[in-house]
Amino acid sequence: MTNISRRKFIFTGVAAAAGASGFVVAAKVMQRQGLIPPDAAGIYGPGETLTYAAQRLLNRHSMAREFSRSEISNNPFANEVDPLGNEFKRLQAGGFVDWKVTVDGMAARPATFSLAQIRTFPTSTQITMIACEEGWSYIAEWAGVPLSYILDRVGALSQARYVVYRSIQPDWWESIDMTDALHPQTVLAHRMNGNELPVPFGGPLRLRVPRQLGYKNVKYIDHLTLTDNLKPFGKGLGGASPDSGYAWYAGI
Amino acid sequence: MNVIPSLTDLGAAGQSPLLAKPASATPVVTEGKRHTALVRVSHWITTVAFFSLLISGGEIVLSHPRFYWGETGNINVRPWLNLHLPSSRRMVPTGYGYVLHDQNGWSRYLHFQAAWLAVATGLTYLLFGLFAGHFRRNLLPTGSDLSVKGLWDSMVRHLRFERPDEKEAWSYNVLQRLTYLLVIFVLFPLMIWTGLAMSMGFTSAVPLAVRLLGGQQTARSIHFLVTLLLVLFLFIHVLMVFVAGFRNRMRAMISGGVNVSTRAKL
Repeated sequence: MTNISRRKFIFTGVAAAAGASGFVVAAKVMQRQGLIPPDAAGIYGPGETLTYAAQRLLNRHSMAREFSRSEISNNPFANEVDPLGNEFKRLQAGGFVDWKVTVDGMAARPATFSLAQIRTFPTSTQITMIACEEGWSYIAEWAGVPLSYILDRVGALSQARYVVYRSIQPDWWESIDMTDALHPQTVLAHRMNGNELPVPFGGPLRLRVPRQLGYKNVKYIDHLTLTDNLKPFGKGLGGASPDSGYAWYAGI
Repeated sequence: MNVIPSLTDLGAAGQSPLLAKPASATPVVTEGKRHTALVRVSHWITTVAFFSLLISGGEIVLSHPRFYWGETGNINVRPWLNLHLPSSRRMVPTGYGYVLHDQNGWSRYLHFQAAWLAVATGLTYLLFGLFAGHFRRNLLPTGSDLSVKGLWDSMVRHLRFERPDEKEAWSYNVLQRLTYLLVIFVLFPLMIWTGLAMSMGFTSAVPLAVRLLGGQQTARSIHFLVTLLLVLFLFIHVLMVFVAGFRNRMRAMISGGVNVSTRAKL
């Protein structure tokens, strides 16, 4: 082995080792900073991680665009949902007076709130756009209780990293990180365009996450769980959408 | 074998190295590099990213093959463009009696991963182009080429599908330069901009990105229209490769080498 090739060999080895350890350190730091999405494994993991990390570095405190009253869509589109279950129909027949939302998991004071109670909570109003991953959209005025208020009320533990939220409809659930969960525009909406939230649009309760696409805005919410680990839920990818092949983070 | 300056390190005089070749009765085999390694590698990575984006993007369009102007649009709104294609969503009125299988999950994953690949490759290419003089030497048209006569002559040669003369083995002609400039500095950036303008997460941080365009649905429409222009570019690009000599041009973009004397046989 000549001097030059030995030098080259050593240099390449050192560079490779530095690169590999740099990658491991970067991954650790990103994990700690909450920049790795739960669906980071697999062939689309690199792109997904880049998107989620880049957006979180850019938009942690930014607000979804708000619109003027005149920009509210005259023709909102509700999209289809699976046929409503018997439990939903029973509650609907009773005017949703028995609708309840259970909040559990990493909370000091887990609780169950009735719809009437939730309606008395502080209300935040927003005129924002909801956009579907398919490409269509509409603008509406939503009013509801900020999710951060509910999390505060149940005493969310500081170790909690995600909120898992579930529909009363079977197999319909998603999760968001604490950045979105505590975001002032993330609300448990019970009103739309000045009226009670209509059933086709998710009434009586829909989680509005206006910085993410429609599929993260689950309808008919009756259960919230605080957790630091999404593995035990479904396939461990953080939602029904990721379980069926869609990205967990839907800010793009 | 002569060492010939390549397309990418041709002197400022822009003189073809072929003019300097020795006069000889025997055919002169002149070899050299037409494209630098960075141009070749970035070209093929971009090709992979482009097709990934095109296929996944087309797939995503099928879930709502209608386009609108302004901020919002949905099936209750009249589109400015209805592609009249079958859709992967039952609720979209298409006139077809069937619904396609939903492919948006992997399509969206692939679309954004390929976009990252394209952007990373594009930025590397951009730095190289700026600092290694690639843009200045090979993409900026020279003054005489930009004359009405120069442009006219080049256009006529293209429309006649004339095989380019030998000096073009080492440099781009004026229409090529203008087209590449348009694609690299107008169409690609417009694709990235309109793509980001559709992202709610991005526009929450940079609302101007979508406001300047006039709305999210306008961004989506422009994203689609620029796709059509890029596909048109792709067709003409590949057609011109065949006109100029497929084997030689492919070889130049793969290994970098050009074999001038064999060009006539291609």
